[in-house]
Amino acid sequence: MEGVGAAVAFWTLAGVTLFAAAGIMFSRNLLHAVLLLILTFIGIAGFFVLLSAEFLAMAQVIIYVGAIAVLVLFAVLLTPRAGRDNGESKMLLPAVLLAVCLGAVVLFVITDTSWNTVPSAPAVEHEPKVAASDLGEALLSTWILPFELASVLLTAALVGAILLVRSPEEEAEDMPS
Amino acid sequence: MTPGLDHFLAVGAVLFASGFAIALSKRNAIGVLMGVELMLNAVNLTLLAFSRFSSGPRPVTGQAFVVFTITVAAAEAAVALALAVSVYRHRETIDVDKLNLLRS
Amino acid sequence: MAPPVLVTDHWYDFRDLGNLSSRLLESLADVLPQGAVYVLAAVIGFVASFVIFVLPSQLFVGVYGERKLIARVQSRYGPNRVGPFGLLQPIADTIKLMQKEALTPKSADRALMYAAPALFVAPCVLLFAVIPFGPNMVFADTSVSLLFYVAISALPVISAFIAGWSHNNKYSVFGSVRMVAMAISYEVPLVLGLLGIVLFTGTLSLQGITIWQKELDIWLVVLQPIALAIFFIGVSAELNRTPTDIAEAESEIVAGYLTEYSGMKWGLFYGMDIGYALAASAFAATVFLGGWTLFGLERWVPPWIIFIGKTHLFYALFIWTRGTLPRLRIDQLMGFAWKFMLPLALVNLVMVATERMFWVEQAADDSVVYVFALVNIVAAGALVYAWSRILGYRPEDYPTKARLVETAGGYVPIESAKGGAQ
Repeated sequence: MEGVGAAVAFWTLAGVTLFAAAGIMFSRNLLHAVLLLILTFIGIAGFFVLLSAEFLAMAQVIIYVGAIAVLVLFAVLLTPRAGRDNGESKMLLPAVLLAVCLGAVVLFVITDTSWNTVPSAPAVEHEPKVAASDLGEALLSTWILPFELASVLLTAALVGAILLVRSPEEEAEDMPS
Repeated sequence: MTPGLDHFLAVGAVLFASGFAIALSKRNAIGVLMGVELMLNAVNLTLLAFSRFSSGPRPVTGQAFVVFTITVAAAEAAVALALAVSVYRHRETIDVDKLNLLRS
Repeated sequence: MAPPVLVTDHWYDFRDLGNLSSRLLESLADVLPQGAVYVLAAVIGFVASFVIFVLPSQLFVGVYGERKLIARVQSRYGPNRVGPFGLLQPIADTIKLMQKEALTPKSADRALMYAAPALFVAPCVLLFAVIPFGPNMVFADTSVSLLFYVAISALPVISAFIAGWSHNNKYSVFGSVRMVAMAISYEVPLVLGLLGIVLFTGTLSLQGITIWQKELDIWLVVLQPIALAIFFIGVSAELNRTPTDIAEAESEIVAGYLTEYSGMKWGLFYGMDIGYALAASAFAATVFLGGWTLFGLERWVPPWIIFIGKTHLFYALFIWTRGTLPRLRIDQLMGFAWKFMLPLALVNLVMVATERMFWVEQAADDSVVYVFALVNIVAAGALVYAWSRILGYRPEDYPTKARLVETAGGYVPIESAKGGAQ
């Protein structure tokens, strides 16, 4: 990952993502916050591309921006008289203090540990390049059990979400009459 | 300055802390969910940074882990938003400060 | 996967314009600092793909050609006032839009209203970065180009939602909600259909898919006609083209998510509608119709001309459907996506996976792909017919000739058409 291109890309993406995360915290309007969340997702997808995980970057955009963000927008639409002002609760100051402490501890651990890494400008044969086909094989051979469990989880979430939002008329329709 | 493991982990840590602050301090239930999604994204970034830079034998493990994290985040977002809409129908509010009684 | 060299390597060989640009960039790499070459390559790619190909195509094929063709389908002349045969119509349209007053309602969300057209244009430009126009003429030959297309085509959905929301107008919110619901419903069978394609080619890169079709001398359209049908219908729904353009149904909800836009902001949405349709046509031409190859003809005819011809052929298919079919209702559309197309896509996937397993495990010769093509075409017709019968479509109940109510003996409702959805 050498060269000026990677550095420019990294710092631009870091700036955009962190600006968007700060914007979610401080923006006054809920919808603006959701759009800044989408910008964060796209920034993280850019980071995934930098880390040689292109398939995951595209999956991130498809799933997060294409589906989860749309779900959040629909939820904002379906709660019309709730507060759209994205205000803070009483726990603002303790939350921010706690978050700053947590961030400081983690940053200290990161900078202080000597990680056992490959050099960041590796020779060609050391670069761990993972193609989408390797990921597919791994998911279906080594990690088959979590894969199947994830599909069960998704089915359960699907059924649960549909059941939770049924209105009383729809439930009355399904009762045995 | 070439980005190394420390830089990616630092970005992940700052994003996690921001998500943490957002999840704890927002009044709207959807705002809390946004903080949780941000935390999950930061975790994904950290996992992939380790997967890319570590000198372990199997770099595809990190990416498989991220696939599962994304899946779990999607399932959880769906159920959380369904809950928010359902609570709104009964209580006319999704302000977490006001939803503090089991019976309204 | 490096493409086989079809044409010569000379910089003046205009059959492959990639030679020209790569020679230029190499010679400049010694002169300029390192980062500037990237930027220059990006500018050349943007100019070549978007400014030189897409913008004139939008103006002439998208605005003028579409209106003329639809007019001919509807037995009338199209634009024929401005210039000879109406050829200057797009220019007149552009000038009109630019000099219109851009109104903004007072209670609308200004920042979002100004940001939405820009957010609508940006993904369209990005889409053309991964489309291969020739053997060396693809700007970004990533290994996941197909997924890039699916991912980026999810972005205009968000932008249209923002556009509809920001107007503070109930009709706009209706339009954007309809559009988003339709887009996410049709994305699922679309991705499943494309998955069948990837099972055969083994690669997600668009240049790789084109080369696979060249090496096996077969187009993926004959190999998987169901995938093309699913792609065509799914992409029509994502692009909001008739028969699925409920998002901006002019007779129902004024103009849907475009209600409060006037002037060039509306012009950007309209132009990018055509731009996204061109991107989808280019994508389909690459994946299904063989891209820049034409069974060996690309040695003499420049490959990018072949590709542009195929793109416009597919776009003419969009125009033809728009002129012919009426608009469907929202519940009919949703029913069609979830009840008809999703099971069809799943059955297609199972079929394709079985064929692929047979091909790989029996280590069969490559000519078995023609047998697969035949089987798939027959199975496509049979599946579509059988599944629509199962869902209750009875074509014998529909009258083929119009009759007066007196001669038919009273009003005769069609039994199978009760209940609305397909």
